[in-house]
Amino acid sequence: MPEPLNPTPGTAKITVPKTTAIAIAARREGAWRMLVRRPLFWMGAVVLLVMGAFAVAPAPFAWLFGNGDPRACDLADSAGTASAGHPFGFDVQGCDIWAGSVYGAQSSLAVGFLATAIALAVALVLGTLAGMGGSVADWIISRLTEVFLGFPFLLAAIVVLNMLGARNVLTVGLVLGIFGWPMMARLMRGSVRSVAKADHVLAARTMGLSTGRIVTRYVMPNAVQPVLLLATLTIGAVIVAESTLTYLGVGLSSPAISWGLQIAAGSRVFQSAPHVLVLPSVMLALTVLAIVAIGEELRSVFDPRERR
Amino acid sequence: MRLGLKLLQRLLGFAIVFFGVTFIIYFTVFSLPGDPIRALAGDRQLPQGVIDALNARYLLDQPLWVQYTNYIGNLLSGDLGVDLRGRSVADQLASRWPVTITLALTAWTIQIILGLAVGIVSALKRGTIIDRGLLVISIGLSCIPVFVLGITAQIVFGVRLDWLPVAGIREGWPLAYLLPSLVIALFGLASVSRLVRGSMIENLEADYVRTARAKGISESRVVGLHVMRNSLIPTATFLATDLGFLLGGAVVIEGIFNLPGVGNLLFLAIRDHEATMVVGISTALIIIFLLTSLIVDALHALLDPRIRRA
Repeated sequence: MPEPLNPTPGTAKITVPKTTAIAIAARREGAWRMLVRRPLFWMGAVVLLVMGAFAVAPAPFAWLFGNGDPRACDLADSAGTASAGHPFGFDVQGCDIWAGSVYGAQSSLAVGFLATAIALAVALVLGTLAGMGGSVADWIISRLTEVFLGFPFLLAAIVVLNMLGARNVLTVGLVLGIFGWPMMARLMRGSVRSVAKADHVLAARTMGLSTGRIVTRYVMPNAVQPVLLLATLTIGAVIVAESTLTYLGVGLSSPAISWGLQIAAGSRVFQSAPHVLVLPSVMLALTVLAIVAIGEELRSVFDPRERR
Repeated sequence: MRLGLKLLQRLLGFAIVFFGVTFIIYFTVFSLPGDPIRALAGDRQLPQGVIDALNARYLLDQPLWVQYTNYIGNLLSGDLGVDLRGRSVADQLASRWPVTITLALTAWTIQIILGLAVGIVSALKRGTIIDRGLLVISIGLSCIPVFVLGITAQIVFGVRLDWLPVAGIREGWPLAYLLPSLVIALFGLASVSRLVRGSMIENLEADYVRTARAKGISESRVVGLHVMRNSLIPTATFLATDLGFLLGGAVVIEGIFNLPGVGNLLFLAIRDHEATMVVGISTALIIIFLLTSLIVDALHALLDPRIRRA
């Protein structure tokens, strides 16, 4: 669904390059050199580094303007506009918006990376099994993928979150991960299939190597690239999905601090105090944009058709 | 003969996906914590006799697989069941579909027009500042959570400028649907335009295009006829899948713009533990999903002769 609830983005179809290992190795040489010359890549990397710093050590950044405690709130300041020491004003609860937004990076990024890691792991295993295994394994995994794709996402999220009880970074990440793998698994399957036919794999077979060794040393390294690119985009999509789930009241809940929670709270007073929503929205959008920009540049560097 | 076998395999796959998803949904929804009968009664105390009667009537005292078999049996004879207030699920769905279908088709049309326009322009101007600008704008729009986009559009175009109705469907089509459709379309713009751009660039460098150019065919004819036809194959299949998703109802947008569609109904049903309603809607959504994937496959084969022959 192009609905935000879809954990895997349709952004950019990533085609599986039907190349052999040698060609890929040759391209890798120049890829990094091409990448460092792309301004969009650098902008993305810088934004992501800043957000990463916010997530790892929020305190020094939050205190930049003198009021860095996101939980030091005074209801008298509710939805107050900018004042000395509070350049972005106060949210509905009277908390400093800058401090909250800096602290919010942590859970948003954590959910994004956790969910993507889970989805990627599932997709790599199932996609490789489907691509390398026999027709029976392929058929079963393909049907399983369809079952998960056909599941209404909102329903799934609510049901699983209800079953797990708590709604924190771990559970929300888990849910988004469990329902985020099908697209990547499909891509991995196609990629593995095209690599498995390559000459070097045939050569490895002829040499009598075990299937396990062929899969891990010869097939996976060459098949994983398009899936990794989709995974970078998935991180961004998950961050957006978390905020939407929170808006619907089934994502993270306070006392957690996340961009999703701040945006959701701000959206309820948007007409009278639009400034409450702006900073966390901009931070979230910038982060996702940075991730997508990096993914897009990686794709165009690795995709031989776009090299001219 | 081989075609028959393929078709049979495909139908079997359909059946497995259908029963798999409906059973999982049925199972999980009915095992949600909370007693639906008690939820129905609210604060009042129901006599034990009434509770027993309701339990027996809705088979709530039977094991889960009996309930599921009974439900599927009714479903196959076209009966979606009733919710706990005795209203027919099919009737409620029927009253909601028109709104969702109208919204989906309007959003889809806008998305196709914008997506094609942006995709074609960036492919022809690839590598230039125009291409980069369109990339950043379209991807930027898809990075903003859809509810932020929605309420911003509401405030700007509905309240401040007063061009379009803020919410509700009182103004009818197209006025009431324009704003929510535009938000959905803008959110999904990047997917379509990137796809169009990618496949067009791929085809612009193909040998048959060079041949066409060498024959002296005008540039507009080369792009319009030769490149477009082949570039639209992946786009068409993506758009078909996309329509399937849109028909499933846009929960957030329907909520923000107060459109009484299927997505809204599903959200309320989950919140109120209306299990039959949840399962009914989900079943309808899965049927749409399966039909869409069938149409996508057929479309693919129809548009690309290489796949048809394989």
